[in-house]
Amino acid sequence: MAFALTPEREREVEELLSHYPNRRAALIPVLWVCQRQHGWISPEVIDWVARRLELSTAVVKGVVTFYTMFFEEPVGEHVIWVCRTLSCDLRGAKAIQEHLEEKLGCKAGHTSKDGKFTLLKAECLAACGQAPMVQIDDDYFENLTLAKLDGIIERFRGEAS
Amino acid sequence: MSDEFQPLLTSRYGIEGSHTLAVAEKHGAYRTARRALTMMSPEQIKEEVKKASLRGRGGAGFPAGVKWGFLNPKEGEEVYLVVNGDESEPGTFKDRTIMNQDPHRLIEGILITCWAIGAHTAYIYVRGELKHSIDSLDAALAEARTKGYVGDRPFGKPHPIHIWTHSGAGAYICGEETALLNSLEGRRGEPRLKPPFPAVKGAFGMPTIVNNVETISAVPDIVELGGERWCSLSRLAPTDGGVRLYGISGHVKKPGIYEAPVGITMRELIYDYGGGMLHDDHPLKAVIPGGSSTPVLRPDWTVDAPNEDHPLHAWHGKSELDVPMGVDTYRALGTMLGTCCATVMDDTVNMVEACRNLMRFYRHESCGQCTPCREGGAWLVDVLDGLLSGRGKVDDVNMLVDIANNMMGNTICAFGEGTAMPLLGFVQRFADEFVEVAKRGLPLDVRHDESTRALVKGGVAA
Repeated sequence: MAFALTPEREREVEELLSHYPNRRAALIPVLWVCQRQHGWISPEVIDWVARRLELSTAVVKGVVTFYTMFFEEPVGEHVIWVCRTLSCDLRGAKAIQEHLEEKLGCKAGHTSKDGKFTLLKAECLAACGQAPMVQIDDDYFENLTLAKLDGIIERFRGEAS
Repeated sequence: MSDEFQPLLTSRYGIEGSHTLAVAEKHGAYRTARRALTMMSPEQIKEEVKKASLRGRGGAGFPAGVKWGFLNPKEGEEVYLVVNGDESEPGTFKDRTIMNQDPHRLIEGILITCWAIGAHTAYIYVRGELKHSIDSLDAALAEARTKGYVGDRPFGKPHPIHIWTHSGAGAYICGEETALLNSLEGRRGEPRLKPPFPAVKGAFGMPTIVNNVETISAVPDIVELGGERWCSLSRLAPTDGGVRLYGISGHVKKPGIYEAPVGITMRELIYDYGGGMLHDDHPLKAVIPGGSSTPVLRPDWTVDAPNEDHPLHAWHGKSELDVPMGVDTYRALGTMLGTCCATVMDDTVNMVEACRNLMRFYRHESCGQCTPCREGGAWLVDVLDGLLSGRGKVDDVNMLVDIANNMMGNTICAFGEGTAMPLLGFVQRFADEFVEVAKRGLPLDVRHDESTRALVKGGVAA
């Protein structure tokens, strides 16, 4: 299925292009706009971006595969990143990860059966003073305990999809 | 902790609405930029920044004034300012506080810097994970544009300054300045060969200054107070000036970001600012001083500088914790000040395990261009995995050192050293523990992730 941005997001792309002396520099920001609409960077998105910015698909794909936040396959409705780097690990990040794996019924790197959550391990998210922490979509949840985490997951589960 | 200390960088933290222009301006924002752009010449500003001995806050500690001095644009070349907000060094979480709580301080610093170095466009490159910081900056920029502070005539000056945020998308290496420039240009974040340095050929092939968020945020205070006076606030003046943000995380009671003069000691940071060790019955075992790439310190090691010419002679025989935290003092100590954000570990932590955690990070984040870094980083993890699982042998510890030594100096960027140096630091300062683990492995039930379970279960984490 061919991909296209909504008119509103297309205006966002126009605005982004005006920030740079050439089109290519807008590549990462434009990929972000696409992922926010589509949920992931599908081959169709890559084709569309390549045409829009007058780049080869190989160039676009090379960039997409370099950066961990661009999803190359579909993900759950919410993506949970568990920081596992040292400062978080010292404050119990492994227990946080295991608790989430049990609660969501899927290992890190996978999506829960109901398609609601994708659980991923993250490297340092620059919130070391508030460890342990997880990032869910765009939001940081810090100074976690298992009880606090339970409450957060229940809130996400409770929302209308 | 001195009661007289007047916060500068953090003076607006904690004030309700400090991220908005109205509140920030009420508390002094843009006053200095207005004065700088309307009453000071670029040369005057550059002179103040030089006098300030502002050492780069991103990790390398290079003097900002000297870096600016490398610019020598040819006829027709546009100068760019690029602000590095990629904050990704494990243990580091300071720039985020500026971007979230006082974005106008950074914008004011950018305006003054652009005027000083002759730039008309500045990009703030922020790691993709920090969406809230990007939103905070975008909202602040929109306000500053409405006011006319950012735009064609900032404070009436016919020197257009346009500032844009640019989001990364998850890659530690983009904190390396030439990788960052590639990422800004829509490429894979692979570091470039130097020379040419960015000041000669940077963003879009043009002369470019890349400075850390905190570095640029210090510029308004330097111009306001004057370089000499700002410099003298440091305990290590005149070579390492001013005040800076200190971070502390891990096993302390009050992890967080604290502003203090340059040159406080690690002991002060841990016990005065950080509130001391998390558990009174678990003493300090090791501290990584300034982000994961800086070699670890141990409190029971003393400074060995009997020679009077040694820069650390004054601290000869004292604990490593008592050396003032400065770019040059820490280098003399055999480590680095880095980002000045410490990671504190108590006696429950096995150093081989801590080391493996960080080496996994580097394995994941290597951009893969250079073989010593890409392969070496993976081998380090394999060998450490072997040691911890009990499959290792004592000679493997030598192999770790050998691999690390073969990474040093053999890569395009400093990432190779950034991986090898902390590995060598761990092995050097905790050799006994590596040998011990090599002999017996480390059973699962004595790993620190087991002993920390109570922290999240019992709800101790505040």
